[in-house]
Formats: sequence, structure tokens, C-alpha cells
Amino acid sequence: MSNSPFPRAPGFYPGDRPQIVTSRFQYDDGHTLERYHATGGYDGLRAALATSPTAVSDEVKNSTLLGRGGAGFPAGTKWGFTPQGVWPRYLVVNGDESEPGTYKDRLLMECDPHQLIEGCLIACYAAGLSQCFLYVRGEMALAHERIAAALDEAYAAGYIGKNILGTDFGVDIVLHTGAGAYVVGEETALIESLEGERGMPRLKPPYFPAAVGLYGQPTIVNNVETLANLPFIATNGSAAYTAIGTATSPGTRMIAVSGHVVRPGVYEIVNGSTTFRDLLYGDEFAQGIRDGNDLKAFVPGGGSAPWFTADQLDIPFEGPQAGAAGSMLGSGAVMVMDSTTDIPAAALSLVRFYAHESCGKCVPCREGGTWLYRLVQRIVDGHGTDADLQTILDVGQTICPGDMPHASSERLGLDAVPFPYKMTTICFVGPSAYVPIHSAMTLFPEDFAALVTKRAERRSIPVMAGAGE
Amino acid sequence: MSDDTEIEEIEALDDTEVVEVPEPEPDPNAVTLSINGREVAARKGDMVIAAALGVDEYVPHFCYHPRMSPVGMCRQCMVEVEGPRGPMMVVSCMTPVADGQVVRTDTDQVKRAQEGMLELLLANHPLDCPVCDKGGECPLQDQAFSHGPGESRYVESKRHYEKPIPISDLVYLDRERCILCDRCTRFADEVAGDKLIHFISRGNDTQVMTFPDEPFVSYFSGNTVQICPVGALTAKPYRFKARPWDLNQQESTCTTCSVGCRTVVQSSRDELLRYQGVDSDPVNWGWLCDRGRFNFEAVNSELRLSTPMVKLETGLVETSWNTALRAAGTMISDALAAGGPDSIALLGGARGTNEDAYAWAQLADAIGITHRDAQVGDGVPAGILGLDRATIDEAANAATIVLLGPDLKEELPVLYLRLRDAAEKRRSRIIEFATLETGMTPYAWKSVRYEPGAQGDAVAKAIADADISAQIASGDVVVVVGRANLAESAEATVGALQSFLEAVPTAKVLPALRRGNVVGALTLGLAPSDAGHDAMATLTAAAEGRIELLVLLGADPLNDCPDADLARRAIAGARRILSIDTFACESTQHADVVLAASAYGEKAGTTTNLEGRVTTLAQQVTATGTSRPDWMIAVELGLMIGDRSFGPDHALRSVSTVGDVTALIAADVAAFADASPAALAEAPDGVLTLPLDMVLDPVAFSAPGRNSYDYRLVVSRKLYDRAVGTQMSRSLVNLAPGSAVHVHPLDLDAIGVADGSDVKIVSAKAGTVLPICANIRVPRGVVWSPFNQGGGAIDDIVDGTTATTDVRIERI
Repeated sequence: MSNSPFPRAPGFYPGDRPQIVTSRFQYDDGHTLERYHATGGYDGLRAALATSPTAVSDEVKNSTLLGRGGAGFPAGTKWGFTPQGVWPRYLVVNGDESEPGTYKDRLLMECDPHQLIEGCLIACYAAGLSQCFLYVRGEMALAHERIAAALDEAYAAGYIGKNILGTDFGVDIVLHTGAGAYVVGEETALIESLEGERGMPRLKPPYFPAAVGLYGQPTIVNNVETLANLPFIATNGSAAYTAIGTATSPGTRMIAVSGHVVRPGVYEIVNGSTTFRDLLYGDEFAQGIRDGNDLKAFVPGGGSAPWFTADQLDIPFEGPQAGAAGSMLGSGAVMVMDSTTDIPAAALSLVRFYAHESCGKCVPCREGGTWLYRLVQRIVDGHGTDADLQTILDVGQTICPGDMPHASSERLGLDAVPFPYKMTTICFVGPSAYVPIHSAMTLFPEDFAALVTKRAERRSIPVMAGAGE
Repeated sequence: MSDDTEIEEIEALDDTEVVEVPEPEPDPNAVTLSINGREVAARKGDMVIAAALGVDEYVPHFCYHPRMSPVGMCRQCMVEVEGPRGPMMVVSCMTPVADGQVVRTDTDQVKRAQEGMLELLLANHPLDCPVCDKGGECPLQDQAFSHGPGESRYVESKRHYEKPIPISDLVYLDRERCILCDRCTRFADEVAGDKLIHFISRGNDTQVMTFPDEPFVSYFSGNTVQICPVGALTAKPYRFKARPWDLNQQESTCTTCSVGCRTVVQSSRDELLRYQGVDSDPVNWGWLCDRGRFNFEAVNSELRLSTPMVKLETGLVETSWNTALRAAGTMISDALAAGGPDSIALLGGARGTNEDAYAWAQLADAIGITHRDAQVGDGVPAGILGLDRATIDEAANAATIVLLGPDLKEELPVLYLRLRDAAEKRRSRIIEFATLETGMTPYAWKSVRYEPGAQGDAVAKAIADADISAQIASGDVVVVVGRANLAESAEATVGALQSFLEAVPTAKVLPALRRGNVVGALTLGLAPSDAGHDAMATLTAAAEGRIELLVLLGADPLNDCPDADLARRAIAGARRILSIDTFACESTQHADVVLAASAYGEKAGTTTNLEGRVTTLAQQVTATGTSRPDWMIAVELGLMIGDRSFGPDHALRSVSTVGDVTALIAADVAAFADASPAALAEAPDGVLTLPLDMVLDPVAFSAPGRNSYDYRLVVSRKLYDRAVGTQMSRSLVNLAPGSAVHVHPLDLDAIGVADGSDVKIVSAKAGTVLPICANIRVPRGVVWSPFNQGGGAIDDIVDGTTATTDVRIERI
């Protein structure tokens, strides 16, 4: 499928834009230490070690580097949440990328593992962390292999271990392979998994693992892409970073486009200023909808994000704007559906995914997710009734009480309900099962109405009719 | 120290009747919140649900359990809490209280969420309530009725699994009914420490399961059945026996061991069917061990003694109470005539109630019996009860707990739970002295190994250790003392205790005596007057033919005395034997007169646990046959034997109910002054006895030397053995591990035999053949054998008169 110019980075298209994290994707041997050295590798670490941890930390804070895992929380601020003077403290790298539609971290780990390792080292130095755990999704065999090889090289070259580059700074990096559970992408479930327990989210509070995390110690959990930005910031300074993108969303970010576009792939876009229209229709991006079809809907931020339609194409990659419009940018995955798409079937495939990936810990997700899946399946199979549509909404209300965020629709005369939703579950997997079906039913009610038969309203039979009084 | 002086000052104020009482310091942890508009006082760290339930603002819940950490899995306990951005739906079992918090449990949104959650919980729950043991007392059923949507819209097929599968010998699991609340799994992990059940699979397929080929073997598995909020876990002894609405129940106290767990005794159609734990804060926190929970089967056993018997030429034959009591009276008179009061001996009394023990002690006093002992040579001297006694709570809150006794998990299981909790929650540090690894070893801060007999040296060495002495000096110290090894003299432990108390005089002592009401019996007059009249001395006297009449008050020396040979010779040497028992045990077979006693659940009264807590026992069913409570037998026997009995004004002459005896004890025995029937009726958790004036004689003990070819023997109890309550309970009888000797794997190699093969065990006294097992928990040079397991007899080997027992192990 890929006609990417770089066979080693399948699906990646560079374009004529700044490249902060993808600069080595063009090389066949971008994953080796030799190439990394030849292209300015570990300069950021050297620059960082030459100054104080506080200075590096401040530089990252000044760069307003936003977390790329989904929530978009500023990385420098997150580091500041760790209590002082508690040892050991850990960095955990969330490489369990499994959000439907997202495949950017995989490329970063496969094509440029040293950049990630350097990012980890800079983060550990800046935030004062004593050990790093690299949690890589189990299915990503090549990424695992490349990172393992890169770690060996970096250890041999003295970048990892004791007295890094002759300084007092020392960090060990441990590579860990996941066992294939989507929910482990949730940071507390990832920590549980890393500890050898079942990958189930921890209860909040404590809300942040920064205070109580891995083995009960202060722990920073960062996404792969977030850390991959650090060498650039450490080398070139925060000013060079904030010069790209907008003030509130500086730098670049990687977006994976999939679905009914002419050229699906991974693009490193300028953050904040690029709009969805640019991305889907731009010549250096996805080049429009396939076969000249009309756009029906797109998912702007991974499978768990509420859907957008053509009405929202001019929204830029700026978190607050996407939120106000009723969705989120999430993990940087845009999934496009053209006018030929069977919307209920598309929703079904997402609902099925989240129902299947529920860890089973809390009831709304475990029971509600599967119930939703079965209801939608029945409707798609043509056996549903309009009562089932109401049941879907009621079950959804149990998972996400109150107003559910959705996009505006000129066609239906709908106003947007801003993100986020409320939830009765422990983590986001439960609501994620309801989000796509809710979006689909809200934005395309006619597609569902066409599938269901009208059924007489259910009448309750009072249990104690006539008894008592 | 400063605390003590403060208390003294306040007492001094009281004496001089100064009215001015200083304002109490405001509690820094006190918070006030509003629940449905009501002001509610709570303490920092409490969860909202606890505060709400405490003031009867009911919040439906499944996974929340006040004795376990919250997990927030069922999401049923949603409430609304006023936040900076308006009311927020939160899970009340995970939300800590805060000052000024505004909580509502009754808004439409809360109701909507609770209904929705119940609809989801019921989605996959089978509608087999009519055949479910839990139906009628089921939290899911009840809360579906009170908080549910009333009607199900779930038309999809439900989850299907194989209907109940056994996950242990006692517990069945029905995964279809399970709502995955994590209560049983959390209990197994957090409370019992037997992490043998867990979730497997994921999402909608999640299920509770054991590990492959590893059943849920736990001494506490019955608790999971009790706390299961649905009928997913059912107990084999109770399955399909009754519906909850057919059960009658009363609160009582378990007397299987001396922890004294509070229970509810339930029966239907005059048959005991189930015991449930009651949450007694100072004692058992709602937990029971499986042995205590399921041994009601023994009470119902067909093998119970139901009528008195006398021995004729043809053996024991059933007879009337009049005949039997007259025969017993004649035996007493004959013995008095032949050998005087010194020739009569009374063993046992720990099985019964305080009233039983008191009446028998009074009778023994009247007759002048000097040989008496409520233990059968398997405990420690009764003087230990005179030491500064700790309560269970004091032990579980002490900075340091010193274990100088038996494996608590095997002998006093719920005390083990309490002390394990103290260690796990980091309240206490446990210093354990043990020969073998015990159930408590994984939770001990320091576990000191000693060779049998050498505990005195081990304690002395430990006190000299800087770390340990610093720990001991850091706060309260409670020493838990009992008999760790039946093949060694109790003096070894007493000596070690005394040297410890000499070094740490402020330490309190919690006696780890095992038998049900042994503390009550010893306190109320069934303790030997001195070491020359204790059980071992009595048995020796009987073996030497100096005992005319041996009264066995629920005692079975042939099975319970560590020195079986001595017991056999004593039974043979006693001229006459009077047995008062519930079962025809081995010793009973040798009796001349057998009086049938009513068992637990068949008689009311009070009992005393190891901390001296007096609690009530309930009569829930009619006594088997014509059996009578022990106290009644004592009184009748006393009235029968005329002038060598109670004096003309003795109060026991005029008692007519057990309550009269309870009142009499409170009036007559100083330590029980607070335990009047009225006081006990007020206090479901019981009343503590006052300090006793018993004295523990000083002991100078030194372990004898040994040669390096020998193994030093340890004989100790497992929870399940051939004790009558276990043996007669159908569900428990097969859980006893069986007789064997255990050595360290390297010792097994040194002996040169295969694991499981038979070997000959030879002591200075006798030899026997037993299978040998490799056991990593046994140190080198030691051989361990569980006591009273039937089969080959390790108790033949033990010499009760020597300090320790050394054995040779020979190949055959």
C-alpha cells in the first residue's frame, strides 16, 4: 500500500516542512549508532549534561512541549509533580501504542531508537529520575529488536549506565515487552503490567503516578514521541522549538492518517497552525478523498475521539479548539470515512474493539461495553428495533452520565457539546466504547433509522398490580 | 511514659473530686460533612460510603467491605459530591471525606446511575435465585429490589460457564453468578495471605479462578463464601441445606480454639446448619477459620453419645441417668474410701463453658480432689495467666510482637489473621522464635530459628542484638506464648519467656493456649495446684496405680497427651474411669461410667477466650438424646453423693438455670466480677476478666546435649487433625494431612532414602515406622511430625518426662 519514499519508514511522507523527530527516517540505517552520531546524535545529551538539571528542565518547560500520548499535558509541568527527595524515582516510557489508527510511535521506535534513548536520558537528567523503563507494545517485534540493539550500542558507548559521558549522572534503561492489552496504554495500567500484575488501571486518587507510581515510587510516564522531541530542544534550545507552530501548541507533531484518503500515511505536521483541511486535502499530505468522493466523517484523534464531519475541517491542530468543537486531538490518528462508508458498521468495528479490550475491572465498561457491542451488532445485522437505539443511549448514559460531547452539524442544526465527557468508569476504555456509537448516532441518525424496525413501546407490567393498598 | 503520668494526674483529680475538667483537645482528624443535608461527623481517611452507612444513609454497594481496602470495581456506590464545578458523580467507596463536603445520595442523577449500574450487573447474572443458596440473603437480590430498574432490557444471551466447579474441598464456584466484585480475591490476598484465586481472562470473559492444578487451599476459604455478595461461592457443608428464611439464629462464640470468634449460629428444624462470622471489633473482625466454621457437622453427627452408659461384663451398655449417676457417685465414694481425695483425679474441662468448669471445680473442691488439670500435658503451666495479660487488640497494635509459641496459623488461625494484619499494615513488627518456618514467618520482621530446647539461648542472643533491642525499646511489646513443640518440655518456653520478661519487664503476655475454653477452665478452678498435680503428674500417678478414680471431663488422654505411652499406662493403671463426653472417643471406651454431655450449640453459657474476654454462648438446638450440660451433671452428681459434696449452704445446691451459675461465678470469682449476666447482655463483644493472682513458678531450664547422629524431634499441631470435632465433621475429616516425618531435603539425602518412603524412627523409648518427606521449612538436624494424625504414632516416640526428644532415623 505504501509508496513512501523511505522504504524503511513505511507510510511516512516527509514533505517540505520542519522535521524535528523524523529527520533520520530518510536513512536506511537511521537506527544505528553510527548514523546517529553522523547526524548530530547525542549532542542534545552532551548539551544537557553541560548545564544543570534545573536549566534543562526549565528549557523544556519554556518550550511548552505537550505530551503526545493523548491528553496533551505539558511535559515540563508533569515532571514538576514529583515530590522532592524521594528515591528511587522512575521514568516509564509508554511505548504501548495501540489506539486504533495510531502508528507513529512504532515508526519512531523502529527508525530512530537512539533519538528515543537520548530523550529518555535527557528526561532522567532534567527531572532527576534514577531509572528508566521502556515499555514497548508486545506486537511490535521490529521496534523491540531495534531498541534492544540500540540499547546495547548505547551501553557500550557509555551513554547509558554509570557515569554517563564521564559525569556523575547515571541511569539504567530496562526494556520491557507488553503482553497485548490496549488498556495498558493507560499509564497506571501500564505501571501495574510493568510490576507483573494484571494490566488493570489503578484507582484514583492518587491521580498522578508522579507522586505514587511504579513500585509505589514517584514515576513519570511519558509517551515515545514526547521524549523524541527532547534531543532537539536540548540541542537547539526552546526558542528554536517554539519558533515552529503556534504559541500554545509549539513544535511539530506526528499524525497518522488512515482510511479513505488518496495517500494515507504518517506526517510530521507543524503543530497548531495546520488544519484538518490541510491534512486531508493538502498536496503534501493526504491529497484528498479517494475516488473523488465526498468526506462523510473523520475521527480526529484516535478511535476513542468523538467524530468530526466536513463542518469541522477548518479546525487547526490545537487542543482547546478541538475540545470546544466536541472532540480531542488524542494520540494523533485521523481516520477518514468517505460517503460510501456504512456508518453503523464503522461504529461497530470501533465498539467491538473497545468491548474486547476492556480489562474487566469495573462494571460499566465490562458489562456495558459488551452490551453496546451486541446491540450495535444486532442493529447492523438488521435485527434491531428503535427500542434498541434508546437502550444504547441509556447504557451509554450509565457509562458517561450527563451531556456527551459531539460535533456541531449544520445539516442537522446541532450545536457542539464540548469535550470532555463525565464517566463512571475508572479509566477511558469504557467511555471509548460509547463515544464512536454516540457520534455515529448523533451525526447520522438516518443511517441507523434505516436499519431498525419500529417496535411498539414496551409496557412495564407492575410487579404488584393491585396488591397492597 | 508521659501518657502514664497524665493518667495518674487525672485519677488524682478524680480522687479529690475537682469538678473542673479540662476541655478535650479538638481532634485534629475530625471532619464534618453533610450527607443529604444532615451534619455527619467523620474522621479524616474515612471514605464517604462509611460515613453514610454509619448514619443509615444507605448507599448500595457490592465490592466495598469495611475490613478490606476499597477497589471501586462495582461502581454501584455512586453519589453526588458538590465540587468547584457543580455536583460531581463519584464512587463513594473511593472518595475520602473532607471537611465541609456536601454529599447527596438521593438525587435523580444518583438514582439514575445506581439503576443503570444494577441493570449492567444483572445483565449477565443468571435468574436462578429459586435454586440459589444466597436467595433471600443476597445483596444483589436485595439491592436490585431496592435500587434496581425493576425490569431488564437485556435480551442478548448471557455468559455461560460450567455450573459450580469445586475450587477447593470446601468451596464451590459458580462463575455465571459472579459479579466480579473482587471481594473473595481481595480477601485471599489481603486478609488471608493465600493468594490462590485471581481473575483470569479479560473484559466480559473475566472470571475468578484458581491457578491450574492449585486448588484454593486456605484455612480461611469459608469467609469468601460469607462475603460473596451473590451466590457465586457456596460452601459444601451448607449447599442446598436450607433457605435463609427458614433459618433461626443467635449470636454466640466459637469455642473451637481459644480465640473466641463471635459467630451467628444458625439452625433449621432443630439442626445446626451454618456458622457465620460476626464482626467483633476486638476479636475476629468478622472472620472465622474453616475448622471453626464447618465443624457444626460434628454436633449433628450420628455418632454422638446420646445416653449415659455403664460398663457391665458385656461392655458399655446404655442406661438411665439415675443409674449412671448413682454408679458414678458410688465410684467417687469407693475411691474416697479406698484412697482418699488424693486418689481421685480430674482431667479436662476446656471443652465446656465457664459454668461447666466452675461447677466441676466446685465439686472437685468439695470432694477435695487435688489432681486436676484442664490441659492434658499439651499446654504451658497455668501460671502464665497471672502475668500482665495483653488483649488481642493490644497485641495487634503493639510496636513489637514477640512470638514464642506455636504456629498461630495452625493453632489459633484468626489470631494469625489479626497479627498478620498488624504486620502487613506496618503497625507492628513481629519477632518470631521458631524451630520451623511457620505461617507467620513471611510476615515476621525477624524470624529467629532455634533448636528445640534452646529457645532460652535464642531469646538471650536476640535481646543482645542491637537492632532487636532498639526495636523492643521503640514501643509496646506483647509476647505471644504457647507450646510450640509437644516433644519438648514446656519449661523450655517458660524459661525463655521469663528471661525475656526479666529483660523487658513492661512486656505484656498473650497466652496462646489452644483449647476452646482452656483459659476459663484454668481460671475457674481447674488448674493444677502445683506442678506435682498437673496432667503429666496425674497420668504418672495413674500409671503407677495411685489413682482410684480418673474423671475425664471431655478429655481424651490417649489422643491428646503428647506422651501416648504414658497415657495408655495411665488409662490401664487407673482403677476406675468416669468419662463425661460428647463422643465415644478412644479414652471413653475404657470408662466404667460414661455420662453423655451436650455439645456446643446445645447449651447456653459463657466462655473465656485467651485474652480473658468472657462472651456468651447460645443454645440454638435441642441437646442430642438425653445428654446434659457438664455443669448440670456436676450439680446432680454433687447432690447424689451426699455428705462428701457441696456444703449445706453451697449456692450450687439451689441453681436451676445456667444463668444462675453465670451470676454465681460473677459473685464468687473475683476475676469474673464484671461478667454478670446483665453486663454480658449489654456487651456483645464480651467483658474482660480482671487480673488473676496466679503465679508462674520460676524455671531454670537448660537444653540437654545431643549427639550429631540424632535428629531433634518437633511435634506440633496442624489445624486439621484427629480431634473429635474435625474427625466427626464430614467435610473436614479428609483435610488432615496424615502422619509423616519431615526433614530438610539435604538431610533426606544424608539419610539416603527417597521422598515418601517409609523409615524407622527410634527414640530412647520406642520406635515406629512412618513415611518421610523432604520439607524445606524444616531446618537441618531437626525432624518434624504433625501431631495426632492417626496412622503411625509419633506420640509413641515422645517421652513426656524428658526435656527434649532425640530420634534416630533408620532406613528399612
